[in-house]
Amino acid sequence: MPFIPHTEDDIQAMLACIGVPSIDQLFDEIPAALRSGALTGVPSGMVEMDIARLMTERAERDGRFINFAGAGAYEHHIPAAVWEIATRGEFYSAYTPYQAEASQGTLQLLYEFQTMMASLTGMDVSNASLYDGASGLAEAVLMAVRAHKTSRRVLLPKTVHPFYRQVVNSIVRHQKIELVELDYDPAKGITALPQEKDFAALVIPQPNFFGCLEEVDPLTDWAHAQGGLVIGLVNPVALALLTPPGQWGEKGADIAVGEGQPLGSPLSSGGPYFGFMCCKQALVRQMPGRIVGRTVDLDGKPGFTLTLQAREQHIRRAKATSNICSNQGLMATAATIHMALLGPDGLERVASASHANTIALAEKLCAISGVRKAFAQSVFHETVLQLTIPVADALRALEAQGIIGGFDLTPHYPELGQALLVCATETKTAADIEKFTEQLKRIVERRNAGPSCTKLVPGPNSKW
Amino acid sequence: MLIFERSQANRRNAAQAPSAPVACDDIPAHLRRKTRPLLPEVSEMDAVRHYTRLSQKNFSIDTHFYPLGSCTMKYNPRAGNQFAMLPQLLARHPLSSENTGQGFLACMHELQEILKEVTGMAAVSLTPMAGAQGEFAGVAMIRAYHEARGDMARSEILVPDAAHGTNPASAAMCGYTVREIPTDGDGNVDLTALQAAVGPHTAGLMLTNPSTLGVFEKSIQAIQHIVHEAGGLLYYDGANINAILGWVKPGDMGFDVIHLNLHKTFATPHGGGGPGAGPVGVSARLEPFLPVPMVACESGRYRWLTEKDRPNSIGRLSAFMGNAGILLRAYIYARMLGAGGMQRVAEFATLNANYLMAELAGAGFDIAFPQRRASHEFIVTLKKLKDETGISAMDVAKRLLDKGFHAPTTYFPMLVQECLLIEPTETESRQTLDAFVAALREIRDEAYSQPDLVRNAPHTMPVRRLDDVKAAREPDLVWKG
Repeated sequence: MPFIPHTEDDIQAMLACIGVPSIDQLFDEIPAALRSGALTGVPSGMVEMDIARLMTERAERDGRFINFAGAGAYEHHIPAAVWEIATRGEFYSAYTPYQAEASQGTLQLLYEFQTMMASLTGMDVSNASLYDGASGLAEAVLMAVRAHKTSRRVLLPKTVHPFYRQVVNSIVRHQKIELVELDYDPAKGITALPQEKDFAALVIPQPNFFGCLEEVDPLTDWAHAQGGLVIGLVNPVALALLTPPGQWGEKGADIAVGEGQPLGSPLSSGGPYFGFMCCKQALVRQMPGRIVGRTVDLDGKPGFTLTLQAREQHIRRAKATSNICSNQGLMATAATIHMALLGPDGLERVASASHANTIALAEKLCAISGVRKAFAQSVFHETVLQLTIPVADALRALEAQGIIGGFDLTPHYPELGQALLVCATETKTAADIEKFTEQLKRIVERRNAGPSCTKLVPGPNSKW
Repeated sequence: MLIFERSQANRRNAAQAPSAPVACDDIPAHLRRKTRPLLPEVSEMDAVRHYTRLSQKNFSIDTHFYPLGSCTMKYNPRAGNQFAMLPQLLARHPLSSENTGQGFLACMHELQEILKEVTGMAAVSLTPMAGAQGEFAGVAMIRAYHEARGDMARSEILVPDAAHGTNPASAAMCGYTVREIPTDGDGNVDLTALQAAVGPHTAGLMLTNPSTLGVFEKSIQAIQHIVHEAGGLLYYDGANINAILGWVKPGDMGFDVIHLNLHKTFATPHGGGGPGAGPVGVSARLEPFLPVPMVACESGRYRWLTEKDRPNSIGRLSAFMGNAGILLRAYIYARMLGAGGMQRVAEFATLNANYLMAELAGAGFDIAFPQRRASHEFIVTLKKLKDETGISAMDVAKRLLDKGFHAPTTYFPMLVQECLLIEPTETESRQTLDAFVAALREIRDEAYSQPDLVRNAPHTMPVRRLDDVKAAREPDLVWKG
């Protein structure tokens, strides 16, 4: 029996001890009418060798591509030691560290995580992770509204990831919160100073979804002057190079939140990743999620424990700061080891190499007739290109050459025309960039040279 | 010692980062960071040693018996980890096309189908990232259903007083008022109170069955009738479905919405606090509202279903598709178990719980509901021990750590004084359960003969009992050097 250790002798001895003739008898409190029959829709079991073959076949069917897509999930090198250590059973199979004395490993690690994240973001405190960046932003919006007390309006620029905006809407919509969309400067791709009053918070993405660098200082000072809070939505790798939210403007952002995936989480079709959240000291009791604190034991020796639990659902129930219970502890574990291995210098090298690769890629691609930059603004490690041919077609043709060419912005930002978001992290070589350039050049030129190619656009059932 | 205290200025790992530093002069100076973040500067070996040693300060399923009630700490098969971490699966970008993910999507679609079958629901969405997010999705769907019918008066969600704290918190996040329903002396929902509570303002009832008291809700059919008659919907908190997996389908009990905790029932790792996964299943009338994305299979080809296909969806709950890698682990587990293996989960989880309950009762421990069968878990109350010796459930829990066992859940549910909620799961052997009983007997003896030994436990952990009051009053949440 898979994963069940009982021998026939064990079963008989156990039933005798309970005083029942059969295991079936143990279910006698369940009304007979509710008993389900055989699970006909579940296949029969597989031994490990067979599941190994099945999973390997499926993984190989999906294959490997040279990836130039970012858009919220970034391919970075993860040092070998990160997952070697994170998947040690003592981390991998441990529960939430409620029994602090038996969980000092996880607790100390999370305290180190909080320290690293607070320092990266320039904030006072950090929690021990949230589900992901998008839901983390929703939690930040709820937190800002709680902290502001009088307004329930939150300014959400269009330069925030479109999926993040959808997630925020899904999560906060039942609490009478108004999300106000802010437009962007069409030439620069950044948020203009808005004409708004009476709001609880302004969200400032840095870099924004287009890769463009927002003018964070005037935006922060403006929002504070209006009496609103500032939520910085940031990429943690970018923070090796960019001003941390805690230092934006005169007073700094109030909450910093973001997707932690670039710190050691594999792309893995979208998860698991982790959200991080940091804030100013004054807001800590409004923060959702688990928080680790350092304290002392009976002998005065330092130790670590989950703290400020009066915010959480298992204590406050319907009045908790959030319904969140679990977090993404294992991903935070990997991120901590990742940051320890890279150190400040390594993280800066990753950030600058990623940025330099993207700049090099954009230059090469923009040398192709029919490809140009969408915005004049400075960027970090990601940028928007406009094409004279349909981006969807270009991506399909690139995919046939083993290249994921980026993310098609056209459905999300129709005003940009045929727009492609590209990113080349430190994992891309000069040869990768050259191959992408050659292929896109070929595709664009062929398309521009030929007659109308609409007939060549594959239907939904075409094989590529 | 913290990793920061092992740090030496300018020590770096040359092998782990790009070799040549690059100037990024195109980034304007006023947007550039002025001082480096406080990250440790240690060698690879320093980091590996430090975190390996930290790991050794943890209890975990791989090292200890972990009878945490309502947490289902079963063994996490290593196959799940190894085959979810195949290089192609890890490298796949979430926004790459469906053509590049037919193998992955096949796993997700089959998992949806398997979960449909075991829950008896009409459709499943895998996207919620945790049980609490599944609850949020479920309640949001209840709300969407009533609103779509123009039934706007339903403002209240009913929750039994024994429920997990996430239930009322999730209902509140969906804008509902929460009303608690008391439990009767037998551990069941108080039907009279329920009947009195329901009405045109009732949006739904959230129920865990078997409940957190470790007993199957015998009156489930009557409850179902009362709530549905009043026009409310029935929500199944799947936290305890390990007890009935393959035996009873929540859909057959009349539930309209369910969430599952894959990190419990489907053996995915707890990871020191997460990631979990909380797929939701619904009956046909709620299907249009399921969160996106979902996976469809059309003529053998898999594709995402998004807002475009499902305009009435409650929307997106994560940037991409939730905790894909965890879903893969659950899929691998489900395929290894198969239909027969799933039924055995409930059988042996129940056998282990009832055996442990019988052994502890035989050893003279007070069972909270001795007249009831244990489901996959049960409650011991140590009130008598507390009265006679002053030793509390917390003291016993801490002393268990010294004996090499993780403590059961303590002081939850709050209805039972000095309680231990014990869930052995199906993956533990009889011999382990016997050793646990022996440890509890020893501790009880110690409570009478050497109470200070128990009161001051643990003695063998890296730290002794911690000052939680100091931690909360003077929060030290980041290292300041």
